[in-house]
Amino acid sequence: MRVVHYLNQFFGGLGGEENADLPPQTQIGAVGPGRLLEQLLGSGSQVVSTVICGDNYAAENLSAVASAVGDAVRDAQADLVIAGPCFQAGRYGTAAGEVCAAVQAQLGVPAVTAMALENPGVDLYREQVYIVDSGPDVSGMQETLATMARLGAKLVNKEPVGRPFDEGYLPQGLLRSEFVVQTAANRLAQMLLAKIKGEPFASEIPTQPAEPVPVPPALTDLSRATVAIVTDGGLVPTGNPDQIPRSFARVWGAYDFAQQETLPPEEYEVAHGGYDNRYVEEDPHRLVPVDVLRELVREGKVGKLHEEFLSTTGNGNPLENSRRMGREMAAKLKEAGVDAVILTST
Amino acid sequence: MEKAGIPVAQITAMTPVAKAVGSNRIIQARGIVYPVGDADLPANEEKALRRQIVQKALDVLATEGRTTP
Repeated sequence: MRVVHYLNQFFGGLGGEENADLPPQTQIGAVGPGRLLEQLLGSGSQVVSTVICGDNYAAENLSAVASAVGDAVRDAQADLVIAGPCFQAGRYGTAAGEVCAAVQAQLGVPAVTAMALENPGVDLYREQVYIVDSGPDVSGMQETLATMARLGAKLVNKEPVGRPFDEGYLPQGLLRSEFVVQTAANRLAQMLLAKIKGEPFASEIPTQPAEPVPVPPALTDLSRATVAIVTDGGLVPTGNPDQIPRSFARVWGAYDFAQQETLPPEEYEVAHGGYDNRYVEEDPHRLVPVDVLRELVREGKVGKLHEEFLSTTGNGNPLENSRRMGREMAAKLKEAGVDAVILTST
Repeated sequence: MEKAGIPVAQITAMTPVAKAVGSNRIIQARGIVYPVGDADLPANEEKALRRQIVQKALDVLATEGRTTP
């Protein structure tokens, strides 16, 4: 296997924060953790070159870094890209995620990175890239590199990749159908028996505990506030321009109604497979209450109604996916100066 | 959205789910298939009901701390 390794300036031995502005440079052979990686990959494999880039430069020029790694991959005729491990370093994690996503998409070369769960690069890239769980700090270096090497070899050899927990990578938010010998009722009964006996058992649907979110401060003056309507009930303009799926939606839309006093039923439809859509299709205000909010604005009780509603389909969405969409929506609403949101959920 | 500091009033009939995922300002909806409506009511009463639920959401947005039905 021919490998190109991506490192930040720190792990690449080019200095600390003072050198975070270094543009990408390519060195021949393995550097720093790449030496251990090479050993773990085993004989017949080599780290052909190492691309090292300063964290600030990388975070501010993601596509330049990705293209530098792309060049190195072509020059090295590499089969695999390894980036990191990045542990909790956010700029490093983001750059590594981008590098991996880019070489996969543009060159068809598999890539593996590693980060701590809390690294912001995880939420940004976990859906596209295999991210090995590195744990929080460098004490997990050897184990993490071994997992990366194992997973990387599987990808290069096009072997089937198992579940996240078994392979050591962070869940990508995918639901995969699988044939199993025992029926659900049998598996459930076995789990229950194990629970009663106090024996260990693993749920097939691990629930991700919701993290408490601090309560945002209340509006001090409604009559000056801009309010937006957001819904997970899947209301979309007729024809569903963003092709929001009826379940497992990964996208959301923003739909302008500035020219409409109310929402005409014939101009909207519902893309949601989780409830009977006919009542909302009969009258979209049953989900997106533009009519009464316009009244409240006219009466001076609400400052302003944001002139578009945001919509997605809350049906079978993995929590991580919903979190990402929420973040994206929040960024858009903040940019538009929205002070508060009314969220309607079906 | 709340993590970004935007106060959100969630109108939902599935309040246990809203509570479980940590939503902070929760308002009881009329029903799953029409959170802010009711197809069994005459149009004027339905709109009055909608206004009442939306008004409740606005009140909750102007109230500090968590609100659950």
